[in-house]
This record gives sequence, structure tokens and C-alpha cells, in this order.
Amino acid sequence: MRRIVATLLLALPILLLGSCSRETTPEAPDEVEGNENVAVSTLDVDTHLKILYWQGPTTLNPYLSSGTKDIEAASIVLEPLAHHDVDANMVPILATEIPTKENGGLAEDRTSITWHLRQDIVWSDNTPLTATDVVFTWEYCTAEGGGCTAIDSFRYVERVVAIDDHTVRIEFVKPAPYPYGPFVGSVSPILQREQFKDCLGARAKECTDQNFYPIGTGPFRALEFKANDTVQYIANTLYRDEGKPFFQTVVIKGGGNATSAARTVLQTGEFDYAWNLQVEPEILESMRGAGKGEILTGFGSQVERIMVNQTNPDPKLNEEQRSVYMDGKNAHPFLSDINVRRALTLAIDRQILVDVLYGVSGRPTCNVIPLPEKYVSTNNDDCLTQDIEEANRILDEAGWVLGSDGVRAKDGIRLSLVYQTSTNSVRQSTQSLIKDWWQQIGVETELQNFDGGVFFSTDAANPFTLTRFYADVQMYTNSFEGNDPSNYVESWKCGNVPGPHNSWVGSNISRGCSEEVDALLDALSETFDATERVEIIKQLNDKVVQNVWEIPLIHRARVSARANSLKGFELNGWDSEIWSIADWYRE
Amino acid sequence: MKLENLARADLSIQQAREHPSPWMIVWIALKSHKGALVGAGVFSFIVLAVLVGPLFYTVDPQLTDYAVRNQGISWQHPLGTDNIGRDMLAQVLSGGRIALAVGFAAMLLSLFLGTVVGVIAGYYKRLDGPLMRLTDLFLAMPLLPLLLVIILLFRDALRDIFGLEFGIFILIVFVIGITSWMQTARIVRGETLAIKEREFVLAATSVGTSGLHIISTHILPNILSPIMVSATLGVASAIITESALSFLGLGFPSDFPTWGRLLYDGAPWIGIDSTNWLVRVFAPGIAISLTVLSVNYIGDALRDAIDPRVRNK
Repeated sequence: MRRIVATLLLALPILLLGSCSRETTPEAPDEVEGNENVAVSTLDVDTHLKILYWQGPTTLNPYLSSGTKDIEAASIVLEPLAHHDVDANMVPILATEIPTKENGGLAEDRTSITWHLRQDIVWSDNTPLTATDVVFTWEYCTAEGGGCTAIDSFRYVERVVAIDDHTVRIEFVKPAPYPYGPFVGSVSPILQREQFKDCLGARAKECTDQNFYPIGTGPFRALEFKANDTVQYIANTLYRDEGKPFFQTVVIKGGGNATSAARTVLQTGEFDYAWNLQVEPEILESMRGAGKGEILTGFGSQVERIMVNQTNPDPKLNEEQRSVYMDGKNAHPFLSDINVRRALTLAIDRQILVDVLYGVSGRPTCNVIPLPEKYVSTNNDDCLTQDIEEANRILDEAGWVLGSDGVRAKDGIRLSLVYQTSTNSVRQSTQSLIKDWWQQIGVETELQNFDGGVFFSTDAANPFTLTRFYADVQMYTNSFEGNDPSNYVESWKCGNVPGPHNSWVGSNISRGCSEEVDALLDALSETFDATERVEIIKQLNDKVVQNVWEIPLIHRARVSARANSLKGFELNGWDSEIWSIADWYRE
Repeated sequence: MKLENLARADLSIQQAREHPSPWMIVWIALKSHKGALVGAGVFSFIVLAVLVGPLFYTVDPQLTDYAVRNQGISWQHPLGTDNIGRDMLAQVLSGGRIALAVGFAAMLLSLFLGTVVGVIAGYYKRLDGPLMRLTDLFLAMPLLPLLLVIILLFRDALRDIFGLEFGIFILIVFVIGITSWMQTARIVRGETLAIKEREFVLAATSVGTSGLHIISTHILPNILSPIMVSATLGVASAIITESALSFLGLGFPSDFPTWGRLLYDGAPWIGIDSTNWLVRVFAPGIAISLTVLSVNYIGDALRDAIDPRVRNK
């Protein structure tokens, strides 16, 4: 007996270690497929593509998505009128061309835009794509109670009309400063009217079949959908381009974490492609050494930032008050002091974060709009040098007195923060480093982390999401699709603060609100001159950074890995990473 | 002369037989158990290192010194550093304090709960059914989801009352304690049922001794042996559970270097040559295994030593 106990105990550390290495070898997708379709049973290794999204897709309807993973998993089934390519330029997909003033598509006064659909497109159920589908998609997203997550794209749309079977006109409430929001990019693709017509409004979430198996025009269609786990796709035989896609079957597998995902592609070669590898540079470098795959990086608009809560997240407050804006009557006890916020950002050494945790996949940044080049402000670059002394001086001057416990306080309020983020070793290390710096300016920090599936969830009942923001500061990456931040800057409007009144859907996460910013946003919506628009957007970026509603840290590249045999694409930092999957092939 | 010696020897044996301090016998039996001795030695060493160590080795386990990250074993950093430059030895020592504190506190709680439930169920027939079904209920509950929910729900409240570190400590101890008392309860109930039928208990009952008195003077002392054994095994399993919680990213905040957390942080670095991964993985791993193993050996030997049926074989 004693011997058995001893043996078991000796085996324990091995089991513990084993449980982490097991993550790196997710069950072979082939096993899952056994009982399916004929096409899958004759699975050919060469034409089978295995993709790893370590956050598993939860729906294939991007309008109900809870994050990039869903939008991207849907992007190989559903297609928009136009995508953004690797250089952030628009390329027509379901449209014949990009409407401009020159070709007459965009009205002179910018109150409408007219798209011509390609005539040769059929849905995967062999019915033709028509303008009514496009009109329906707008109705679907704007329907009352539908909880459409792409609603920002349709903000200024008054109506969408079908001129004929293959022409749609989008009419705006007023001259649209940026008319390419609706139906461009993988966030707002076209849905089939026939399939979704009974799923409007509150019924949207009940249509499980439609949301899991949307009929699309893309190169693949979903064969089997297991939420949070695996999606299997099979080539759409009716796809418009002869001889494409190269791959006959695709599987997108979820689960594990960024490190294990990198390992399955780079080291063990079990998967062909892995997405979003926020992994320490040493680990990636060493894995690359195995020679099985290549690391792809592409800089887009992704910025890892700290959101600074402007409302009071005190756990003693009830749900109607905690982290709720309440017209400014619920200000944060100490983060409402600009001096404290400025000290927080001054104390951070962004270069160290890059050196230690990001390597070539990150650059220090002081802006929340890091690209395209013309929008990048240079007014905030002094934040690139850490200045603990200055931070301490600011706090001293503002009357925050260092206590005997090493924490500053004023009028009985201690500078003690809860700092939350998602679970990821790079993020936890970032937290530790920043905690250390904040300690040097007399700010106490408590670290918290939640699983990505919880933290990034859009479930209104979940209290641990980033939109609920039940913490003083929180860290994650935000970005915008395409090369124009016009829609993105709208998120800083006072009216976009999430709260119980809008089921916590709202893009102004930091709850920062000022008349100045709102006035700038109003001005932006009235301005059509390109250079003036750039100026206003730069000013907006500066306001957010200088008000320290957000503390930009790292301009992150998208980092993905592909197997050596996988060819035919570059990493796209501006749209779905797998948008061009029809062109991918194996050599 | 010879005769005298023999007589004296005989006398001392007789004395020993006449005045057998029960704990002396246990000690003698324990001493002859090699595994227990080694276990006790290793365990005392770990306890000592963890308690006294930080007094001499005063490096702050949470200090990040990125200039010396990923360093191997050296005089400055006896166990090297991790990828953001925290000293590994300091972290392992500080993690040990937490592991042992959680282990013992959770063990005491689960022992208390298990003994109370077990004795009451065994002694009072009417309560036996309900209490044992309650035990079954707890045994059937999926532990990790339950722990997750408890931690998420009560974290804030406890932090407000007891402060961050102590609040979470209480939470973890509570969570482990209330989910690990079932085995003890079952064992204790079985023993109580057997002892209840013995003549001395019947005698006590016949003279009108109250139930509580019988439990405290007649039953508890007789079931001490299984309780002691559960206690040692409880420490081990509490340490493992805490490690598992930390390993899953629950439990203490991420910058709290518990052994499980250190293992979790080190695991992705396995095989990355430019780093200190060997130490990062094995130091906390070996610490967990050695502690648990040595405690188990002690418990195992203690059971053999206390139980006269095994001891006299």
C-alpha cells in the first residue's frame, strides 16, 4: 500500500507537467470527423487545412459575435461587398468595383453611395445573390432588440434601397464623412435573406441553426459547428472562381492558449495555421528554430492599452451604479483626478515592455491610433521616456501624501487600484512590471485576470467582462478594421458609455466623457475635406491620450504562424486574417 | 553479578510494561519506520527553509529586475531568475510559506468538519441518514466549477473585510476545507459506529452519561488514530488542490508566487534553451512533490504506529 501511495505521488509532478503539455496536442481533428460526410471520410491530407484559433468560435454569425474569433471564423463563409487587403486598400469582393466620385458610385454631396453587385454570385444553396439580401442585412442589424455588434457600421444609414436586382443604394441621414462603413470588411458581410428572414430583432439569438450554419457566398460552408470547440468546413462547390479553393476541407479548432497554439504549428507541425500568438519573444524564437513553420507579423491598428475607469467601480455599489456613468455623478474616487492619471502613464517604461515581452512584434506607442501613418500624432511622444521622478512630483503637488505603508493618500482615499486583464502569460508579466513601477510612485495595485472567454464575452449577464469594467483599470488590445478610424473615434462619444440602459453594449469603455471630445466628433461628421478630417482625428487621439482615459502601451503586430507547406498569402493586419483563404494552397 | 543484571533488566522491562506511556510506544514504533524518519527530516527541512529562509535571504520575490532576466544559477541568484527578472529562490521560498499555511489551515478546517459530521452521524442514528446523504452530495459535486464560482463571488467581499492577501487566503482555505472533509467524515463515522457498540460505551450509557460526554471522553480518544492519518493526508491534498487552483490561474493573484503558480508560469518555457526553464519548472515541482511525499510518509507511519493491531505484528 505504502509503495502504491509513493508511486502515485511520484507520478504527480509528472501528471501536473503532463497536463500542460497535453494542451499542446489538441485531439486530432480527424477523430472528430469520422462520423460525418462522405467528402470528409475521403480526407486527403494535402487538401485538408487545419487552423488553430485558441479562443474557439462561438457563432458563425458575425453580427452576434463576441470577438475577432467569431468574425474571422465566419469570414470564410460570409462575404462583404469589399474587403481590406494587406495594405489596407479596399478590394471589391461581391461588388464589381469600389464606388467613388469618379465612377459615379459616391454621390457628389456624399448623402448616398451606390454599389453594383457582381451578377455571377450564387449562394451555396444555388440561389442567386441579389440586392434584396443586402437590404435585408441592413434591416437585420438595425432591427430593434437584435443586439447587432456591427451597429457602428450602420450608424448614419437612413435606409438601404435595392435599385434593381444587382444595384443597392445606401442613403445616409446626412452627408457621410466616411461612406465605406456598411458592408465593407468582415465585420459586416451579407446575410442571405431567405435564411435569416425569421430571425429579426429579439429572435436573432434563438436562430441557432442559422447562426451556426449560415449560407454564404464564400469559398467554404460550415459542415459541423461545435461552439467553443471545432468548426468543420467543406469547400463550396458553387464558389465563383474556377479551381478555387485549393483546400477541400478546413477545420478551425479552438482551445488551449497562445503558447500551445504556437507550438502546434512551429514545433510539432500538427496544425497549419495559428492565430494571435501573444507569446514571449524567447519562446517564439526558440519554436521557430524547430523549422516546421514560419512566424508572420503584420502591423495594423492594434494597440495594447490600459483603460482607466472614470466611474466608480466600488463593489459595494449595486448593479445600477457600479461602473455606471450616471451623467457624471458617479466619478471615480481618485482616477477622476487628472494628476493621478498622468502620473500612472508617466511611470511606465514602454520600451522595457517591448524588449522583455514583445520583441519584434511590438513597438512602444503613445497613441491610440498608431497607423495609418497620416493619422499618427506626434504630440504625445514624451511618454516614451519613463519619468518616475516627474510622476512623483505631480502627485506630491496634487496633495497625495505618501503614507507609512508606501501608498499615497489624500482625505482618507488611498491610491489603491484593481488592475484586471485576460489570462495570458505576456499580460500577467506586463501587469507585474507595471505594478512594480506604480509601486515606485506610491500606488498600490491588485492584479486580477480572467479567462479570455469570460473577459471578452458579450454576455450581458456576465459581470466579469471588459464592458462591465468592475475594476479601476483594465488592459487589452483594441483596433479598428480598415484604413479609416472614423467609426472607431466615435467610440469616445459620451453617449456610447456602456451601462444597464444599453445592456452593457457600448464602445466607450473607459467612460471618459467631455464636451470638447463630443464637439470634435460633431465637427468631424460635418467635415469632408480629407486633410481637415485627418487633423480632427489626430486631435481626438490627443484628447483621449492627454486626458489619460486610455494609456496606450504597445503598438502590437498581429502575430500568426503558418506551416512551411502553406503558401499563397500575407498576414493581413486590416481585416480577417483568413479573408483570402480561397487563394491559399499547399506546396 | 550476572544474575543481578538480568534481574535489573527484567525489572526495567516489567516497568516499561506496567507504565506504558501510549505516546512513547507510538514514538518507538515511529522511530523504527525508516520512511517516516526520512519524511520527517525532509519535511522539517522544508518547513525550516520556508519559515526561516526569507529572514536570511531577503530578496523581494515580486521585484522585477529585467536587466537580469532569464539567468541561470549563480551566486547572486541561487536558482536563477524568470523571464521578467524575478528571483526564483525568493519566489520558491515565499510560495512555500503560502503552500504550507494553506495546507495546514485547510487541513484543520476539513478535519474539524469531517470529525463533527462523522461523529454525529455515527452516534446519533436519526441524523445518520441525512448527514451521510449530505456527504454524498458533496462528494458528487464537481469541485473545480464550484471553486471557480465561490472564488469569483466572494473575493471582493472578503478582500474588503480582511485585506487582499489575508482575504484571499481565508477564501482559499475555506474553499479547500469545505470541499475535502467528506473522506474524514466517512472514516470517522465508521469507527464511531464500531466503538459505540463496545462494552465501555454501553456501560457509560447505562449509568446515564450524556451523549456529548460519551463522545468527548470515550469515542473521540479512540478514533484519534484515523483522524491523525486523515490530517496528514489532508495537508498533502490541500497543498495539491491549492497548486491546482494556482495552476489554473485561479486562487491567489498572478503575482503571488505560490508553488502551483510558479509551475504554471514555468511550463510554457520547457525546452526553451536561452532561459532558466529547468529550474523554473523543477524547483516548484520538486518542492510540491517532496512536501506531499514526506507528509504522506509521516501519516502512513503514524497510522501503523498508532494502530496496535498493525504495530504488534
